[in-house]
Amino acid sequence: MISAIIRWLDERLHLDDLIAPFRHKTVPVHRLTYWYFFGGITLFLFGVQVITGILLLLYYNAGANEAFESVQYIMTKVRYGWLIRSIHSWSANLMILTAFAHMFSVLFLKAYRKPRELTWVSGMLLLFLVMGFGFSGYLLPWNTLAFFATKVGTAMVGQIPIVGQPVMVFLRGGPQVTGATLIRFFGFHVAVLPGLVVVLIAIHLFLVQRLGMSVPPKIEAEWIENPSARRDMKFFPNFLLREMMAWYVAIGVLGALAAIFPWNLGVKADPFGSAPAGIKPEWYFLFMFQTLKLIPSKVWFVDGEVLGVLGCGLVALLWLLLPFFESEPPSRPKRWITGLGIFALMYVTGMSIYGYLAK
Amino acid sequence: MSADESSNPGSTRRRVIEYFLGGGVFATFASFLYPVLRYVAPPPVADLGVNEVVAGKVGDLKPNSGAIFRFGNSPGLLILTSDGTYQALSATCTHLGCTVQYRGDLRQVWCPCHNGIYGIDGRNISGPPPKPLEAYDVHLRGDEIVVTTKRGA
Repeated sequence: MISAIIRWLDERLHLDDLIAPFRHKTVPVHRLTYWYFFGGITLFLFGVQVITGILLLLYYNAGANEAFESVQYIMTKVRYGWLIRSIHSWSANLMILTAFAHMFSVLFLKAYRKPRELTWVSGMLLLFLVMGFGFSGYLLPWNTLAFFATKVGTAMVGQIPIVGQPVMVFLRGGPQVTGATLIRFFGFHVAVLPGLVVVLIAIHLFLVQRLGMSVPPKIEAEWIENPSARRDMKFFPNFLLREMMAWYVAIGVLGALAAIFPWNLGVKADPFGSAPAGIKPEWYFLFMFQTLKLIPSKVWFVDGEVLGVLGCGLVALLWLLLPFFESEPPSRPKRWITGLGIFALMYVTGMSIYGYLAK
Repeated sequence: MSADESSNPGSTRRRVIEYFLGGGVFATFASFLYPVLRYVAPPPVADLGVNEVVAGKVGDLKPNSGAIFRFGNSPGLLILTSDGTYQALSATCTHLGCTVQYRGDLRQVWCPCHNGIYGIDGRNISGPPPKPLEAYDVHLRGDEIVVTTKRGA
């Protein structure tokens, strides 16, 4: 029955031609092959976000007077609503984690070097967008923590000289964080960002497909020395099936987390209440948050805040352009970039832990 | 599958494994689908269980006119006839659920969606409505007009 349908389609659309590029694609097999899974897992979790996000839209109501109550309704009244929302929240967090893992693995395996500079750039832009998803989605339940996190986060944008204030007003839909901000963030979260992300994912995957999988320089060198050690695996179906096993594990982890630790809703935001003590952003912004806290209020004649925000922006820009500072293969990858990568990983991890523990 | 293939123990083993794998994947998807189907169906709206409501005050309505009032989750129509008696009906047209109105010029209840006509007592007179409108009991409590569902209705 199914094979008859496939044959029918194949006669008309020549499916073989369509999947031919995937048939040719191979994945190098070596001791670090498992790092190749993280991009796919991130993509899978994005798919989970799309599906659970659409489901949440069935009951979610944007607006300062309805948002909190509608999420409360999802959590308490809608059958399995708690599960859908918890999966959406957990999957968002895991997606950011796997995206970071993917980024650092590409960095350390030197996969961003020529000819893959643009793959890195599109991936970094995706990472920024994913963080934008996190930031905008965090506000949507309209609880106290989200309200003040948004206040602080948008105020930081306001610190940028000249353009900061107008951009902040644009983000907030006014000078203050109000119901107007919520409506805007909702629009960004469900329309603007998904559109941008889908285009960038298409570009990213096209580039990955076009350029093939990178082999880490160390392993490439070993293979040149000993050509019989070179191993490849077909992407379709061999690698894809392994990838799907990883997805299966991911969904298991996700289901367990959502069932055992359902996501909190917190307390409804009161724009005229005071901020609760010990307020912190989501964990993936903690390292920036903690950095800003450590910068003194005046550095020489520059405002500490301005310096911190500009510094973060500059680092992000340089990180985006990292491949352009790298040497071209076959010359050795630059040592200092590896060192910088190790430093960045340690800094982000250390500052996140420090920010988590700090009062 | 040919006879010698199926008699090959290797291919039988393979088939058993495929059934396990397929069954596992099927069960996984079923376990996703069940909560999603339950989720998509909206939770039941609490039936307010209203069988008595104050539809208005004496003097609010002019003779030969009508007004819509809230009867639990659905609208009701209160009519003051030209001879001064109150009549209350369900305002939901029995055809396709539009909200009906009282037409003083016709002295009848009219549904604008498909030109259905009912009598003041709720009887369906002309047009598409298949059934009469449900009639309610009306009595006065002080100057309040109290509408209740008919006993046994």
